[in-house]
Amino acid sequence: MSGAPGVREPQPSFRGTPPFPEAARLALADDQLRRNLRRATTTIRTKRSRAVAERPDWEALRLSGAAIKDDVIVRLAELLEQLEANVTAAGGVVHWARDAAEANAIVVDLVRAAGATEVVKVKSMTTQEIELNEALAQAGIDAWETDLAELIVQLGHDLPSHILVPAIHRNRTEIREIFRTEMGAAGRPAPADLTDEPRDLAEAARLHLREKFLRAKVAVSGANFAIAETGTVMVVESEGNGRMCLTLPETLITVMGIEKLLPAWRDLEVFLQLLPRSSTAERMNPYTSMWTGVTPGDGPQAFHLVLLDNGRTDVLRDEVGRQALRCIKCSACLNVCPVYERTGGRAYGSPYPGPIGAILTPQLRGISRHPVDEQTASLPYASSLCGACFEVCPVRIDIPEVLIHLRTQVVRQHGWRARTFGEEAVAMRALSTTFASPGRLDGAERLAGLGGQVVGRKGRIGRLPLPGLLGAWFKRRDLPAPARTSFRRWWRTRSRSDGGS
Amino acid sequence: MKVALFITCFNDLLYPDVGTAVVEVLNRLGHEVVFPEAQTCCGQIHFNTGYRDECVPLVRRFDRAFGEFDAIVTPSASCATMVRHHHATVAAHSGDPGLAASVAEVSPRVYELSELLVDVLGVTDVGAAFPHRVTFHPTCHSLRLLQIGDRPRRLLEAVRGLELVELPGSAECCGFGGTFAVKNADTSVAMGEDKIASVLGTGAEVLASADTSCLMHLGGLLSRRQSTVRVMHLAEILASTAATS
Repeated sequence: MSGAPGVREPQPSFRGTPPFPEAARLALADDQLRRNLRRATTTIRTKRSRAVAERPDWEALRLSGAAIKDDVIVRLAELLEQLEANVTAAGGVVHWARDAAEANAIVVDLVRAAGATEVVKVKSMTTQEIELNEALAQAGIDAWETDLAELIVQLGHDLPSHILVPAIHRNRTEIREIFRTEMGAAGRPAPADLTDEPRDLAEAARLHLREKFLRAKVAVSGANFAIAETGTVMVVESEGNGRMCLTLPETLITVMGIEKLLPAWRDLEVFLQLLPRSSTAERMNPYTSMWTGVTPGDGPQAFHLVLLDNGRTDVLRDEVGRQALRCIKCSACLNVCPVYERTGGRAYGSPYPGPIGAILTPQLRGISRHPVDEQTASLPYASSLCGACFEVCPVRIDIPEVLIHLRTQVVRQHGWRARTFGEEAVAMRALSTTFASPGRLDGAERLAGLGGQVVGRKGRIGRLPLPGLLGAWFKRRDLPAPARTSFRRWWRTRSRSDGGS
Repeated sequence: MKVALFITCFNDLLYPDVGTAVVEVLNRLGHEVVFPEAQTCCGQIHFNTGYRDECVPLVRRFDRAFGEFDAIVTPSASCATMVRHHHATVAAHSGDPGLAASVAEVSPRVYELSELLVDVLGVTDVGAAFPHRVTFHPTCHSLRLLQIGDRPRRLLEAVRGLELVELPGSAECCGFGGTFAVKNADTSVAMGEDKIASVLGTGAEVLASADTSCLMHLGGLLSRRQSTVRVMHLAEILASTAATS
């Protein structure tokens, strides 16, 4: 156990991340990060397309996946009540949490009631979203992450950078250093002669974690799916640590976003094909654990399901934005995203990185209802709208469509000053006014053509020390000089010489 | 047939030669080109940046300018995408059923150049000659939204003397992305630099594309590093003949 009870180190947080362009600039300067990301994303991208190509009915599966999730979104209230009834009937306890604070308070109380000062955790995006580990630490409770990559992130006092491969930004030499210097303070230390061979690193983690699995009285998990019809909750994973957490402790607490529901058991047929192939590029993931309430004499004897809203019902109200709630957290969109590949996940300032993060985070933070901070407002713009994410999404979330939709909300929510005097807004209005009349456009083109003759050399404009958005273009790129004769002018002259045809 | 040219604001000002090339190719094939002078911009810049209100009058103007024509051609896959995929969204946003109706009428008649040539006019050999080593950047909008597939490639393969070399990782975005290029300039440039490295690796003399917007970005990077690789729009290559090249 680390330190005295009640004295815990502050947990790293995504709070304080600068707006995306600035965070991206810092990440781009990290060559190691870029090499790791490139190698990892290109490998998994290739594997995913192979795994998907094996299914001739992939498109039909995607359509089914989207349709089932859309049905869940429409019937959410009814299905949640059905889930609650079935979990309760099977001996579980259901808790409803409106926001992160409520969910964290529920979990802290449950851990205390179980008489525990520590919990083991199987990777859960939802508990990262509510910063549960921080809340537990404040209550004097240790939360031990047990996925290998999450362990690396936690021991390194670090933040995850990928949904599926949270330590994608670390190489094995760094991991060895983290294990050697940090494992001892958290429990069983790493062997003194630890090498950076993957087998040795995995063995050190295994021994370190085994001690915690055998000791823990409480486990905290997320959920990949929950079946309303039966009250069954489900976690898919690759390392077996989930199975340990879900079976060994006396008490199991599952924190689940309310959108994780599926109506019926048979729906798993669709999702257990979509998820592993999209996520790890496997036909089936190694460990699939399902439990329905409690089973006397087998596994945890107390099961608590915390159903988390935290902004989700607001997202439901947005007819375009709500498709983001179909997400099954496979991370396929991250792996194909050219922006993510270069910036990594931490630049997005949220446990949900990449294209899905760019549409989910702002919505969960309430962008449709009120102005948001600059970092959140920068997320819908963190995309070139190339569409690669939509192409691979197993539940057909049209991410570019939602990005553009959220951009309109950013523009609407901006303060009056930004709307009136902001550089971008002024430029957009000026363009709009120019484009409102061909005559005005022609005049502007003539002016630009003249300007191009002044600043251009050999038909191009080189370095121009301009401020703001225009300057951002010229820092690394030239621009063709505006033509002396626009096409419009050329056409008019030609028509005249043709006799005005 | 009679074809109306939607030049796009971008080409009008920065790449007028692309427009003259389209006229040249279509005239050579025996078609009449008209240029409705009331046209300005499809509204893509506004739409993609989140200024949907400002976009409404541009959509209205587009439909007025082009409403009377059966075939409208544009040398821009991304502007064709804007009209065909997003004008309906803007019309719905305006709440004006009249605009929605006119968009439904007009926008399906807009073709990107290679679509017009291959699908409507049924030609792949436009009688061009261009004895150079060329690599082709297919652009995200052509690939994933318009899905024009191998049409540009088929047109280029029929050009006399042209050696078409494969661009590795061609489906990946070049990093332009409209205002993304300036709002996220560092990431945009990082993406562009990787694309440039692929282009230079092919040994091509010319980088071609169906969108001058991507070419402005990639050409700007090439020009800054004083590369001899030229950027050219597909139309400019198709307009070249033994006499001109």
